[in-house]
Amino acid sequence: MADTKTAAPGTTSGSAGGSATSRGYGNMLLRRARELTLVPALILLLVLGAVLNDSFLTERNLISILGASAALAMVVLAESLVLIVGKFDLSLESVVGMAPALGALLVLPAASSGFGTEWPAWAGLLAILIAGAVLGAVNGVMVVRFKLNAFIVTLAMLIVLRGVLVGTTEGKTLFGMPEAFYSLATTTFLTIPMSVWCAAAAFGVAGFLLKYHRWGRALYAVGGNPEAARAAGIRVERVMLGVFVIAGTLAALGGLMQTGYVGAINANQGQNMIFTVFAAAVIGGISLDGGKGTMFGALTGVLLLGVVQNLLTLAQVPSFWIQAIYGGIILVALMIARLTSGRAQD
Amino acid sequence: MSATDAPPRPLLAAEGITKRYGTTMALADGRLAVLPGESHALVGRNGAGKSTLVSIVTGLQTPDSGTVAFDGEPAPPTADRDAWRRKVACVYQKPTVVPGLTVAENLFLNRQPTGRGGLLSWRLLRSRATELLDAWDIRISPEAVTADLKVEDRQMVEIARALSYGTRLIVLDEPTAQLDNREIERLFARMRALQESGVTFLFISHHLQEVYEVCQTVTVLRDARWITTESVADLPYEGLVEAMAGEAAAGRAGGGPEAAARPGPVVGGPVRLAVRGLTGARDAFTNVSFTIRRGEVVGLAGSSASGKIELAETFAGLFPPAAGEAELDGAALPFGDVRAALDAGVGCVPRDRHEQGLVAGMTIADNATMSVLDRLGRFGFVGTGARRNVAGALIERLDIHAEGSEQQVGALSGGNAQKVVMARALASEPKLLVLINPTAGVDVKSKESLLSRVDSAREDGTALLVVSDELDDLRRCDRVLVLFHGRVVAEHPAGWQDRDLIASIEGVHRG
Repeated sequence: MADTKTAAPGTTSGSAGGSATSRGYGNMLLRRARELTLVPALILLLVLGAVLNDSFLTERNLISILGASAALAMVVLAESLVLIVGKFDLSLESVVGMAPALGALLVLPAASSGFGTEWPAWAGLLAILIAGAVLGAVNGVMVVRFKLNAFIVTLAMLIVLRGVLVGTTEGKTLFGMPEAFYSLATTTFLTIPMSVWCAAAAFGVAGFLLKYHRWGRALYAVGGNPEAARAAGIRVERVMLGVFVIAGTLAALGGLMQTGYVGAINANQGQNMIFTVFAAAVIGGISLDGGKGTMFGALTGVLLLGVVQNLLTLAQVPSFWIQAIYGGIILVALMIARLTSGRAQD
Repeated sequence: MSATDAPPRPLLAAEGITKRYGTTMALADGRLAVLPGESHALVGRNGAGKSTLVSIVTGLQTPDSGTVAFDGEPAPPTADRDAWRRKVACVYQKPTVVPGLTVAENLFLNRQPTGRGGLLSWRLLRSRATELLDAWDIRISPEAVTADLKVEDRQMVEIARALSYGTRLIVLDEPTAQLDNREIERLFARMRALQESGVTFLFISHHLQEVYEVCQTVTVLRDARWITTESVADLPYEGLVEAMAGEAAAGRAGGGPEAAARPGPVVGGPVRLAVRGLTGARDAFTNVSFTIRRGEVVGLAGSSASGKIELAETFAGLFPPAAGEAELDGAALPFGDVRAALDAGVGCVPRDRHEQGLVAGMTIADNATMSVLDRLGRFGFVGTGARRNVAGALIERLDIHAEGSEQQVGALSGGNAQKVVMARALASEPKLLVLINPTAGVDVKSKESLLSRVDSAREDGTALLVVSDELDDLRRCDRVLVLFHGRVVAEHPAGWQDRDLIASIEGVHRG
């Protein structure tokens, strides 16, 4: 590139232009390659798992990794969208618990500690998604319209929602919901749970729109330089608000998957999840400063952590230690991602 | 200005523009007439009203009175951004591109070409971008990531984007401020090429030399008023400088009775600071050599991009230079280490008291003694009594109006806050005192008292380097060195005329 830049203006020939273009393609390839930086790490982990444990590389185990990661994947997807527009939403982990619980409470009879409204199952499921959207909108309005600090507002929402969940259920576990509440995890297609297909589809659609639709490109513009986005006619506030609403909805759906996977709604559902969510997103190359990252990267981040968790379970790590080891591995994974991607995690 | 047979209709005409912010008259009589196809310079010293006029003719602000017209038609209402975008575009110093996206996408942000099903076609985007860049002969790869571009390439991307909206009038707001000489040459070559293709430029710059290089017409503003609009060819350097500085200022002598009362330079006194061949990182300044004697006050002037701040901050230990050396009282001055510079006897009043000068939430005593705490106690502990005494003495000496040494600095007025900064610089009893914009944003009375400290420091034998945009600060100096694009281009002994100094600051070399 140096030669194209130092050549006197006016004397730059066609060949100089050509080299600039080829440099552009080189750049593009490099960028593509960066998206794949986690793939070797993922393969390495799979090989390692196969060597360490016979039952690791079996179809059953791999499907169980996917099934266990589906809910996390939905929340990582939600958080990644919020991060790309340059904002934060910590409260998603409480939405994972609160939204499905609200749907269950509306459906369950009073005898099973529900509200006693006994809505039909479909209405309850719809209520879950609407609850997620409304909670996202509340966060969005506070952060975008009223310009409150996203970190502390969504942290407060995290605590408030958790508290409301514990309060309304009086700490009890909700079970006995209609079959539809569990079907995402219990029904399978080609032996793989619906929740996995659903998460894969969500990632596919999100990744596609982010790359091939103006709406998706607007997220990057808003996160990269809001002033430039505004000057280009993008309604910056509206985009941010929309992303908060979508993120809330996706997290609620993730919560429903979790409910199906567990078979009940615990008052702790989703608790402490947000750390893993951020870790997966950052490992996957999503910038906390906004404007950077791809859905493919985020997905590899999720899978990486899913495999690690599975390996720890298979290795029969004492359950008292699993948290410390898991946290430590995430720390190491962050360092490795920093080294392999060769760029600062900002 | 007399009417000829068929005067060309101006592409942009602004007449009788006034704009007032609160009690400040930002623009009392703004006029501008830019003819199609020319490069028109808009010049004036800081506060002359340039930015206000630009924001009005680019539709960012509505004037209190006056009219703006494009090609004879009245300007669209301020709210109609799309209409404005087709009339005029401004390339600001602050980038309005998204750094993480490619050049192609930035060119067509939020109007990317779509293919089937409303989906974006990257191929079409690339070919449109290539087409646009080729049409204006801008050699930048559409696939490059915008963050990796050089400043002048980024400016070209913004210009290309503006042209694609249909405007042929581009406002360049100090486009050369962040460029080095070679980059400026390349930018000018591109400007001339675009001009030949029919683009009209309104060029705002602090460097008069550049006006003569690329512009055909110049409009001068001074004190919020239109002064003149003339063909560059008919206006010699002196005339332009006089138009900018004003008759009154030009006639004012640098000396004056109060100046004569001060002690003159200590001719022949021992050299305190000797600088030889100092060159900054990224060529912010090159091959600077000078000496300052005991009790001598040397001024350093230059435009904002001249490198004067970088040079001064180098002495304070903020940046290591690329080459060259400096000696303070015969000992080599340590570079790149503020602590070491302080220990070597350099005091500094930094460029911006809010950013680098003060911790607003701490008390006057804390702030004033921050850099000398090791003298106030042992093993890192700070003796409260000793600190209070030192701070009290400084408050007294500098005439800081405060409730006491324990008052928070954030509550002080600008002038008193600056005195605290000065107090801290003096607390270490420096051999060399570097003052950067020492009177920026302070009231007249505080200014006098701050400048009188310069005189008393001089009597103590301190060597002083005063870097300032304010002519009043520089008037106290025994001599003023002028930096232009990183080089010392002139030295004015005390008693200089305002217009001579301004001329050399603006890069006008008078024969």
